[in-house]
Formats: sequence, C-alpha cells, structure tokens
Amino acid sequence: MTASTNLANICVVAAAEAFRGNGEIFGSGMGTIQTLGVRLARATFEPDLLVSDGEAFFVANNLPIGGSNKVIEGWVPFRQVFDTVWGGRRHVMMGASQIDMYGNSNIANIGPWKQPKAQLLGVRGAPGNTINNKTSFFIPKHTSKVFVEKVDMVSGIGYDRVAKMSKWTRDNFCLPRVITNLCVLDFETPDNRMRLRSVHPGVTVDDVIANTGFELVIPTDVPVSRGPSAEELSIIETLDPRGLRNKEVA
Amino acid sequence: MARDKRMTLDDAAAHVKSGMTIGIGGWGSRRKPMSLVRALLRTDAKDLTVVSYGGPDVGLLCAAGKVKKVVYGFVSLDSIALEPHFRSARQSGSIAECVEYDEGMLQWALYAASLRLPFLPTRAGLGSDVTVVNPQLRTITSPYADGEELLAVPSLELDAAFVHLNRADMHGNAQFLGPDLYFDDLFLGACATGRRFLSCEKIVTSDELLKNGSFHTIKINRSMVDGVIESPNGSHFTHCTPDYERDEKFQSAYVKAAADPESWSAFASRFLGGSEADYQAEVKKWHDEQKAQA
Repeated sequence: MTASTNLANICVVAAAEAFRGNGEIFGSGMGTIQTLGVRLARATFEPDLLVSDGEAFFVANNLPIGGSNKVIEGWVPFRQVFDTVWGGRRHVMMGASQIDMYGNSNIANIGPWKQPKAQLLGVRGAPGNTINNKTSFFIPKHTSKVFVEKVDMVSGIGYDRVAKMSKWTRDNFCLPRVITNLCVLDFETPDNRMRLRSVHPGVTVDDVIANTGFELVIPTDVPVSRGPSAEELSIIETLDPRGLRNKEVA
Repeated sequence: MARDKRMTLDDAAAHVKSGMTIGIGGWGSRRKPMSLVRALLRTDAKDLTVVSYGGPDVGLLCAAGKVKKVVYGFVSLDSIALEPHFRSARQSGSIAECVEYDEGMLQWALYAASLRLPFLPTRAGLGSDVTVVNPQLRTITSPYADGEELLAVPSLELDAAFVHLNRADMHGNAQFLGPDLYFDDLFLGACATGRRFLSCEKIVTSDELLKNGSFHTIKINRSMVDGVIESPNGSHFTHCTPDYERDEKFQSAYVKAAADPESWSAFASRFLGGSEADYQAEVKKWHDEQKAQA
C-alpha cells in the first residue's frame, strides 16, 4: 500500500473535505482522524477555519497531534465552546457507537437506558451539538452493529426527528458527512436518508452494503474516495509524525 | 475586615447530611475537589444526589454506596474515556435515579438556579432521548412572533457545593490559574448560602492574588463562598494546572483496582481508609514503590 492509498490518509482527507466551504467557523474534531482532518483543511483549502488544541485555546499554527509548540490566537474555555455551538459558528466531527439511516446517533449507552448493558459516555454535548451546529461523524469500524435500524439512545438527533420539529430547526439542521473505514456517506437525498457518497480504494459497494444494518441510498455511479495530494501528504506527516492515525483504523 | 472563613476538610464535609443535593465543580478528571470528596467518604452521609460534570468524584461516591441519584451530562476520566465505578453502578442498576442531560442543559440548570429563575430556555436536548428519559422536562413556546417551541431547563438548586481552585484568600476570594474555570462559579451560585465550600492549593493574602495572575483570573468573590480550605494537591489524581498535571499512572492504577471487588477493597483500604494527610503520604509511597520496581 502506498502513502496515497493508505487507509488512514484516505480517512483524513475525507474528514478534511467535510469542512470544505465552511469559512470562518470553529472546526472541531474529537479523535485523531477528525482532528487531523480539520487541521489539514485549515492548512490547505479552508484557511479561515479556527482550530483548537483540544483543551481551551485556538491555535494559529499547524500543531501536530499532542504538540505543545502552540501559537495561541484565542481562548475558548468550555463556556465559550457552548456559546459557539449554540451560536452555530462551529462544525464538529464526533464519533458514534451507533447511527441510523437518518443520522440519529448514540454515544450514551448500549441496551436500555434504565439499566444499560454497557454504560458509555452519556449524551455529553451531542443533543446540543446536533441541533445547533454542523455535526459530522467519523466511525473507525463500519459494521452492522454500528449502522443499525434503531439506536438504543438518541443522543444526537437525525433528520426524521428534525422533520417534525420547528421551522428554525428544519432550516438550520445539518449533518454534513459520515466517514468510515470503508466509505464516505452523506444525507443529500430528497428525504435525507443516508447515501453512499464514495467508497475508499479497494472497497466495493457490496462491502458497504454487507456491513450496514439498514438500506442505504446507492447512486448509480459511486466514485472512489480521493487520496491525498503530495502537498497534503506532507502536511499530514507534519501534523502526525508518529503515525497515530494508523492506530484508529488498524 | 471581612470574615476569616478558613476551616478543615472534615469541618466542611460534616455540613453535608444524608439526602442532600451536592454539586461538585471541575470537569471530568480536571481540577476536581477530590480532597473534599475524600472527606465526604469519611462521613456517614448517604442517599446523596450528586450533580457533576462527572469524573472520579462521581465514581468514588458511587463505589462507597453514598449515591441515590446522579445528575450528569457525562462521567469520564478524560484520558481514560469511561469511569469504571460509575459504569458498573449504572450496569448493575445500583443508582436509584439518574438525570442525564446535555452538557449545556446542565450549565443552564445551574445558571437558572444562580439567577433565581425557574428555568432557562434552550434548543439543546429537543428531539433527543434526553426528553424521553427525563419525562419531567417541559417545553415552552416563545411569546414572540417566531412562536418556537423551546426546552425549559428547570433550575437545579444545590444544598451544598464543593469546588477546588488554585489560590484563595481566607475570605473566599478565589482564583483559577489554569486554562478553564469550568462551571465552578455556577456550582457556587446555584447553592444555598451556608454550605458553599472552596478548597485551594494555597491560601494567600488578598493582595497576593494579583501577583499570581491577571485580574481576569479572580472569578470567585467572597459572597459566593462560606468555607475556605487550604488543601495542597487537593485535586489529586485529577489535574490542577499549572500547579500540577493529572497523575496518569495513579489514575490507571485506580481504574485497574476498580475492575474487581477484591482489588478495589485493597485499594480503598490503603488509600481511602485514613485522613487526607494519610492519603497524600500513601500516594507518595506508592510512587516510590513504582519507581523502585521500574
């Protein structure tokens, strides 16, 4: 496998692409691939993005994962993060333990909420994120246990629920992308059902279907996800010299 | 001259009675008032309602069987995603009642209480299962032209509050020196007068506060605080930057010990059986042992 078809690099580029056109908002990533994606987007085609160190500061330089040589350009403690979320000036790329065909997502618990089989994080900021700012997802292991008919706890809301909500919510709600180790998905369909946008090199449409627990919208032509350019590859190396991204999609 | 509010950890913990609602500041495994929580473990108080951006504070109180109800948006150790005691308490059904909120809803609930409002409106939570698992939540329709339906997050009043700051004076003026105040001011604001306890790394004279950091860091004033406790390393094993980072090795040992009742009982009797001074001494000894083995 060459660096341009390396799976982690494909995922980082796909994550970066999710932020294309976002302009001067806070691009926020939970997890290594997500963080690299937003930092790559800012370093290349989306220079106005604000990116954080994952703690409480906006950083102006191309900070490597875990790097401490920060050029701080702003202070963003949690209270200000919440304000930015509620103000809609943010696009977050989260993880999800379960997600359904309309993008309802779960990070809280598996099994009944009252007494879960597995207690996970709790809903955290997912309800507020999804209703207030753009929310994308990166899912490192695409299986029918994650892509399910019905999630056990709707922590992040999806398009079917939003369709029954206020006009403000319908007008503002946006789940741009779901990126996995197999493919890129979006909700750009008339009824906002999940659609296969591209497959990663070496992955077939049937592989994606076989690992998804609900019916996806499959266009006639499904393109292959693009790999990094030479410039992008060198930036990814700068941002993640230790190759931590490879551990997320091993 | 303002009052001298200095007291001991055990003085403060003694104010917490069974059945009370207690708010605990910090965030996850960051600047938690752990020495106050450890002092609470030494009391007979039980059936507590614990309100927290949860970390090992929630875990320890659950493990000690002191918790009737938890109000949370998450419970996490940050560098270790899941809190083991909270996890097993949830999975075994040993917590009688849970209120699970979006993180911003929890802020709003505390802010409403601190402003003496019955609720504050938000969109956060609408449409999610937070409204399903909390059937007590109500919505409110905007009285203006938009007519939008919003979630009315009810005020959450606290009977007692614990927070840990970097510096304070003996009157209760206090300062955070790290990157984030978190929501410590709201925990104090939401709490009844008389049981708002603030521990700190060091008590200094009022004029010394400004020598440590700019005036922006003095976010807590003495009208928000009833008791001040000097408690060096009081956030251990969570972080209290810039005074110290999280003790990752010890946090890992805590998680490992929590894996089964026998190892937990050994851990608890070694570290949590005595006073705060005993705890700090045992932690130091534990690190020396680790170094010797390495």
